[in-house]
Amino acid sequence: MKYFYFIWKNLGRKKLRTWLTIMSIVVAFILFGALGSLSAAFTQGAEIAGADRLVTIHKVSLIQSLPYSYVNRVRNTEGVEAVTFASWFGGYYQDPKNQFAQFAVDAESYFDIYSDLLSLPEEQMESWQNNRIGAVIGTALAQRFGWEVGDRVPVTSMFPQEDGNRTWEFEIEGIFSAEASGADSGSMVFHYEYFDEARQWDKGTVGWLMIKVADPQNAGEVADRIDAMFANSPAETKTSTEKAFMESFMKQFGDIGTITGLILGAVFFTMLLVTANTMAQAVRERIPEMAILKTLGFTDRSVLVMILAEAVLMALIGGLIGLGLAWLMIGAAASQVGAFLPGFAMPTDVWVQGLIAIVVLGLLSGAIPALQGMRLNIVTALGRR
Amino acid sequence: MSDANEAALDPQASAASAGNETALVHCTNLGKSYRKGKESVPVLSNLNLNIPKGDFLALMGPSGSGKTTLLNLLGGLDSPTDGSLEIAGERIDRFSRSQLTRWRARHVGFIFQFYNLMPVLSAERNVELPLLLTKLSSKQRKKQVAIALELVGLKDRAKHKPSELSGGQEQRVAIARAIVSDPDLLLCDEPTGDLDRTTADDILSLLQTLNQQQGKTIVMVTHDPLAAEYAQRTLHLDKGTLITGN
Ligand SMILES: Nc1ncnc2c1ncn2[C@@H]1O[C@H](COP(=O)(O)OP(=O)(O)O)[C@@H](O)[C@H]1O
Ligand SMILES: [Mg+2]
Repeated sequence: MKYFYFIWKNLGRKKLRTWLTIMSIVVAFILFGALGSLSAAFTQGAEIAGADRLVTIHKVSLIQSLPYSYVNRVRNTEGVEAVTFASWFGGYYQDPKNQFAQFAVDAESYFDIYSDLLSLPEEQMESWQNNRIGAVIGTALAQRFGWEVGDRVPVTSMFPQEDGNRTWEFEIEGIFSAEASGADSGSMVFHYEYFDEARQWDKGTVGWLMIKVADPQNAGEVADRIDAMFANSPAETKTSTEKAFMESFMKQFGDIGTITGLILGAVFFTMLLVTANTMAQAVRERIPEMAILKTLGFTDRSVLVMILAEAVLMALIGGLIGLGLAWLMIGAAASQVGAFLPGFAMPTDVWVQGLIAIVVLGLLSGAIPALQGMRLNIVTALGRR
Repeated sequence: MSDANEAALDPQASAASAGNETALVHCTNLGKSYRKGKESVPVLSNLNLNIPKGDFLALMGPSGSGKTTLLNLLGGLDSPTDGSLEIAGERIDRFSRSQLTRWRARHVGFIFQFYNLMPVLSAERNVELPLLLTKLSSKQRKKQVAIALELVGLKDRAKHKPSELSGGQEQRVAIARAIVSDPDLLLCDEPTGDLDRTTADDILSLLQTLNQQQGKTIVMVTHDPLAAEYAQRTLHLDKGTLITGN
């Protein structure tokens, strides 16, 4: 640590060059943080998807709804343990910019099916069930709009009520929290009955069904059995595991993981060249100085370590600023895209991968100059002047 | 490791000596040659030299005569190809590269023609560098740096960068850096080669004081006969051999 001052001073030798390099590292790690988080947000739904859950949607698309009667028919299908359902509400709070996800659900069964992902305090569950226009919201949503239990909130939906009014009133009865990271705590759920009775059209339909199977081993068979039941009916179904459902949903946006991987790979490689070039120049300029260090008794290894430390320090400064800015930007963006990408935040994974990338970038970019410095022969280096 | 007797028993060992077995440096039949392709080019050959503790020795000789090469050997920057070299009881000609590195840190201080300070560090940080290799605490290091800067008369320039100092001041900082860890031997390669007469005289007087008052053993390579007068004695090197008897 007593060498830190010297390493720090060496880094500041050519301030403009160092800053330009650091700035490009900053930009690279903003990209890293942002794309990494985006990719994580797109894939985390699939990761936390339960293996024992199936999703049934209209065969044509998720947007088509299914007859309400399907709920009971599926409930009575062999191998099915529990069924719940939901409908998309498509609303915003006060201003169309304030999009967030709302679902009309079956209060009794919804939290049972998602007991591993979401938790709602017992007494709040009770008061919600007793309030027809009651709703429960996730912690992230509560924080976003500063909503509390007891608040009355208007939500404007794409579904008009019978009188044509598209703004629906809800009373917040509870706040649920996400039990698994990436589980959606940015949404609101409310009673299907309230919604279905009051809406102008599409009455008697549900958006999709979520099914808990008795034995995950048989999930495939159960899915086939459900789809067979509705074959050749006006509303044919497509049932898949929640994971497959999430993945196919995300596929609509392209293979985000591969694309971000390729971009980040290219960015990292470019950064490596930029940083390595800076380090090579920085070391070339001070060959006589390194010879003097060795003359004074600094070992070959300590010269190697000092150069590597300098490269890592430069990468750390740029990388941490970059990741920090990415984190701020994602925090700001999360409230905008929360409706489409629940759980959009910079995950710990991205921080950890970012830190690893920073250290690897530093070590790789400093490796060649550091080895040169280590191998430097004092007599020839001093004789060169 | 150390083999003091061998050098003392060697009849040639004291050929150019001004002392005896109390000598700090014993060179016996010392030789250095460089490889140029297949050929071996001798730079120093059969060099016998004893340097007693407390000596101030000036080494003169035409350019290319091997002065720097000899100084590099004495300072453990390079290893001889022939003969033996014993300094403070240790046969440093048998040392490995890494042994030499550790040995240099404890036993020698170097002063160069072009000062060779770290441009990014202040005077006091430059002087502190050799102490980073010791176990001294930061406070102890600061104290020793202050003493060394005081000795070379640069206490008031401690915070200045090399670029803010004159050549003479830079060389004083370099001298402070060379003496701060209290080495046995100071090696100076044309320390005044880049300075004007007056400044050169100041630096030479400083070296003389270090020799006379602090008892430092100094070997100084110089082109300048006036500089050599500050030394206790002068030896001439020509084509890699010492010309004895002045
Ligand atoms: N690393 C080296 N490789 C080959 N020859 C060298 C090397 N260092 C010095 N020499 C040669 O050794 C001779 C003496 O060099 P040097 O000791 O620097 O002389 P001086 O310091 O007396 O001017 C010169 O002819 C020089 O070319
Ligand atoms: Mg020379």
